[in-house]
Amino acid sequence: MTRLGTAVVVVAAVAAIVAPFFLKPYGIFLISTWAVLTIAAIGLNLTLGYAGQISLAQGAFVGIGAYTVALLTPVGVPFVLAFLAAGLLCFAVGWGLGYPALRVQHHYLAFVTLAFTTLVFLVLRNEQWLTNGIYGITGTPRPTILGWSTNAARDFYFFCLGILTLLSLATWWMLRSPWGRAFVALRENPLRALSLGLDTRRYTLMAFAIGSSLGGLSGALYAPLVQFIEPNSFALGLSFNLLLMVIVGGAGNFFGPFIGALVAVLLPEWLRITQGYYLILYAAAIMVMMAFCPSGLLGLAERVIKSLNGRRAGATTTVRAEGAGS
Amino acid sequence: MTAVLGVSNLRKAFGGVVAVDDVSFEVRPGEILGIIGPNGSGKSTLFNCVLGQLQPSAGEVRIDGQVTTGARPCDLNRLGVSRTFQLLQVFPQLSVRDNLILAGQEHQGTMVSRLFGRTDAGLGDAAAQMIEFFRLSHLSKEQAGSLSYGQQKLLDAAMAFMAGPRLVLLDEPAGGVNLTMLGHLRERLQAYHTERKATFVVIEHQMEFVMALCTRVLVLAEGRLIAEGAPDEIRRNPIVIEAYLGH
Repeated sequence: MTRLGTAVVVVAAVAAIVAPFFLKPYGIFLISTWAVLTIAAIGLNLTLGYAGQISLAQGAFVGIGAYTVALLTPVGVPFVLAFLAAGLLCFAVGWGLGYPALRVQHHYLAFVTLAFTTLVFLVLRNEQWLTNGIYGITGTPRPTILGWSTNAARDFYFFCLGILTLLSLATWWMLRSPWGRAFVALRENPLRALSLGLDTRRYTLMAFAIGSSLGGLSGALYAPLVQFIEPNSFALGLSFNLLLMVIVGGAGNFFGPFIGALVAVLLPEWLRITQGYYLILYAAAIMVMMAFCPSGLLGLAERVIKSLNGRRAGATTTVRAEGAGS
Repeated sequence: MTAVLGVSNLRKAFGGVVAVDDVSFEVRPGEILGIIGPNGSGKSTLFNCVLGQLQPSAGEVRIDGQVTTGARPCDLNRLGVSRTFQLLQVFPQLSVRDNLILAGQEHQGTMVSRLFGRTDAGLGDAAAQMIEFFRLSHLSKEQAGSLSYGQQKLLDAAMAFMAGPRLVLLDEPAGGVNLTMLGHLRERLQAYHTERKATFVVIEHQMEFVMALCTRVLVLAEGRLIAEGAPDEIRRNPIVIEAYLGH
């Protein structure tokens, strides 16, 4: 990472830590939502941005994770175990879905995963004996970790931020390992990767299952955050929203999901002052963004920095040339 | 001595078009075998059938006497068979060094050990040596996509050698490369061959390149093997001249 990049990350981390001390409860709820959804977006970025597999199932995995925790914690399962169970279950389901689904790619895979999301929604809505159907599940308790109760909004935000940090570091570490290189190879040229001995099927499945698992872990925090979950929260809308986060931030860029989730969570709120127009403006802003920077906001930032550096280098050369001439 | 690669009665048809028709040949250890033929004669299809990219319609492929017909390309690679493609196939977003490490990493340990092991999979030094061998040292940290076409061709070839293969199949390594770079590429291939005693099969259009590099040449036309021999014999063979110029 460049010096500028490190500085930006440090400033952002400090901002994330001090922000709740300056925010009202609703503001804290929003940044908690950001932290939780960023985890799911990191997972989707792994699947889409690194391994190049488009998935519209990430919202369904958030749902599976949320319901796992919402169903397990009231019957006495400690939160930590329920949280891990959500991740493991989504890993297994992701693997199970990916095994047949990843035989197709691109828009075909998008349709298969879309069908999966619809299927999960129908199960959550119709299997009332398990999920309480459209009435949803209320009051998923917030955990107490080693005597620290995370019941208050600010405490729960720090808990989510901590989990986000841990999972980000784990993902960063994985992407720096030979696996990360293999994921990029899958995206850029699967045929060549295969001829270099990469078992592309296994790596793709791994990326998909780990991405799904991060979706599940995000859901496991979502249930105690909102304390009311119902099937509609995990319908296609959430999957599209997560896809938007990854693409707006910059797919294939490690920090893309952080920025994308921030935009997707905060922008609609900031636009609320326009009252009835806010969703129209939000949609328009996203369309303009996609038209002019398809590589996402981080792609745009990189382009700006490059052009500024280029201009500076050009100016230095001119000055030198003038100096040499005089 | 067992042939490194054996192909028997290989046939590949796409609907009614027979791209490779009853081709049989063997590649002996340590030789550089050239395969030439006019455009559309089935050279690349033959490669793709040998390397598992395509399923042959009939026939058998053997590596070191072991039947590998229809094996997946990644499994063949782990048996020590490596290849380049006709069109350039580097990973443009990865650095030159990372392209090379990627080309060798699957031969190091298991999937789990690669996840928990070193970032460079223990191949940092080997990659540096390969970069130096192909004289790409000044470009080590550059993204492969930013290299010139000729430099990318060199990298492409270097990647095929990274896992220390015993059999390397090069599909038009000289295609689109300028004369200076061509001499450099040929010289590096020869040096690698001498140093590592590797076996090469080269598909090439550039006749001078083939004649200077190869010890034996096969000629394909319309999917069939029409001639075989030393480069000088092939150059004088009237059937070959007819196949190249008679159309």
